[in-house]
Amino acid sequence: MRRLKRFADLSMTLGLGLLILAAWELAVRVFAIPAIIVPAPTAVLGALRDGILSGELLTHLWVTLAEVLLGFAFGAAFGLVCGVMIGLFTLLENLVYPYIVAFQTVPKVAIAPIIVIWFGYGMASKVVITATIAFFPVLANTIVGLRAAPRDQVELMVAFTASRWQVFRLVRWPQALPFIFVGLEVAMVLAVIGAIVGEFVGSQAGLGYLILQRDFNLDMAGVFAILLLLSALGIGLHALMMALQRRVVFWVDHRGDRVVGA
Amino acid sequence: MNDKVPVAAPPLIRATGLNKTYATQDGQQIIALSDIDFEIAPGSFVTVVGPSGCGKSTLLKIMAGILPGGTGTLNMSGRPISGPSRNVGVVFQAPVLLPWRTALENVLVPIEIQRRGRTAHIDKARGLLRMVGLDGFEDKYPGELSGGMQQRVGIARALIHDPDLLLMDEPFGALDAMTRESMNLELLRIWTGSGKTVMLVTHSIPEAVFLADRVIVMSPRPGRITEIIDVDLPRPRRLSMMSTAPFGELTDTIRRHFGALGALDS
Ligand SMILES: Nc1ncnc2c1ncn2[C@@H]1O[C@H](COP(=O)(O)OP(=O)(O)OP(=O)(O)O)[C@@H](O)[C@H]1O
Ligand SMILES: [Mg+2]
Repeated sequence: MRRLKRFADLSMTLGLGLLILAAWELAVRVFAIPAIIVPAPTAVLGALRDGILSGELLTHLWVTLAEVLLGFAFGAAFGLVCGVMIGLFTLLENLVYPYIVAFQTVPKVAIAPIIVIWFGYGMASKVVITATIAFFPVLANTIVGLRAAPRDQVELMVAFTASRWQVFRLVRWPQALPFIFVGLEVAMVLAVIGAIVGEFVGSQAGLGYLILQRDFNLDMAGVFAILLLLSALGIGLHALMMALQRRVVFWVDHRGDRVVGA
Repeated sequence: MNDKVPVAAPPLIRATGLNKTYATQDGQQIIALSDIDFEIAPGSFVTVVGPSGCGKSTLLKIMAGILPGGTGTLNMSGRPISGPSRNVGVVFQAPVLLPWRTALENVLVPIEIQRRGRTAHIDKARGLLRMVGLDGFEDKYPGELSGGMQQRVGIARALIHDPDLLLMDEPFGALDAMTRESMNLELLRIWTGSGKTVMLVTHSIPEAVFLADRVIVMSPRPGRITEIIDVDLPRPRRLSMMSTAPFGELTDTIRRHFGALGALDS
């Protein structure tokens, strides 16, 4: 029953997408819109196929993917460590959190040129930019998560003579995990943006670099093909995070029976 | 120091003039406990009854050493209670299980905290779960158990480290009458001859009388003790005693205190 409904939902979503694509294709042909303004979907697919077969798209995709994953890993790890420290020691929160928020309010795009000057045109600067963007959502969610443990649970552990560290390990950390995963999910999506922004500012490789190059050559279909690839990359990474989340925070109800009326 | 008190054994717990006030969010003071005096003899079974909000849970949490007491003294074995003790087992009003641990792993939590050897206690944990009627549910997660089943896991958890003092806050509140009676008998069976001291909070007057050597009767706002009743029904207690005249007299005495309130189950 539910399977059937999911299938119906899926085919409706896909159907809508195809309809829009068809209308787009038709409009481009009927009104003879030049390809340097809006390329037809078939032209985009063609560019995507050519790019993949020639290996050009994939070479740049690997560069961007490496930047995204490295930046995400560094940013998330640093956010997690800082979040745990701040979550555990209230004193630290009063001390450094205002500075962290102040840093966060500076748009990362604005400091990207500085970072490129400091770390060069290679991959390092992109990794740093991506890491600074991925850092904050993980940090903020870790702090909130560590405070989310129900008072009852903490009290019960303490009643059985748990130490501060044991309360952290047995209750606070597991209770924080669902929040941390929300942070990781956001960070992952932002990491892709971070890498592209970094490549826009100054680079020698990567999908962002390729976009600028094709844009310069007025190869619109080629640019759209990259956008398609980027969105596939984002969806893939996001799905990976969700799968990981379902495994780690298995006790949070993802599937289960729906609440009637909710 | 208590030479003047003519009792055989010194009390395990002694509260004198205990008070507790909470400060609420809007800056008000709520008096939860006022001038509480009682003693609990080692090895005895004491129950506490009183209408909702009279401070029963507050008293229990102070005794468990997780809530600071206000003015007055509360001693355990002659020394003030300054924190939680390894020799105490607690059951809260809510089951409070860790949702990422199975029933068995939840029962083992005190063992892990107190480093008593997890593997050595697994069989005991299984035995306790069987005792509370959860045979076959060892590997289920709390989300897959009913409220009453969760509460029973909590009871098993309070017993796993073989504590000398059991503090139980309405442990059978979520159970149906039948399961409740069998759990009462089971608890008495564990307690008899174990030397354990039990303090159990309940809303049910018959349950309070059935289990106890002594019933502490409390009145609401500010929570104070109105009467301490000695229950001299013979042991072992049997369910059939509940319909006898002495039992009825005791429950009537307690019920009279709450006549107008109607806050308790019958
Ligand atoms: N953390 C708290 N902060 C402020 N007031 C509290 C707090 N906990 C309890 N109180 C107040 O203290 C009083 C006693 O609460 P307590 O939970 O001890 O009652 P109880 O006898 O256990 O009630 P019940 O039978 O409904 O469980 C209540 O009036 C309650 O409003
Ligand atoms: Mg209570």
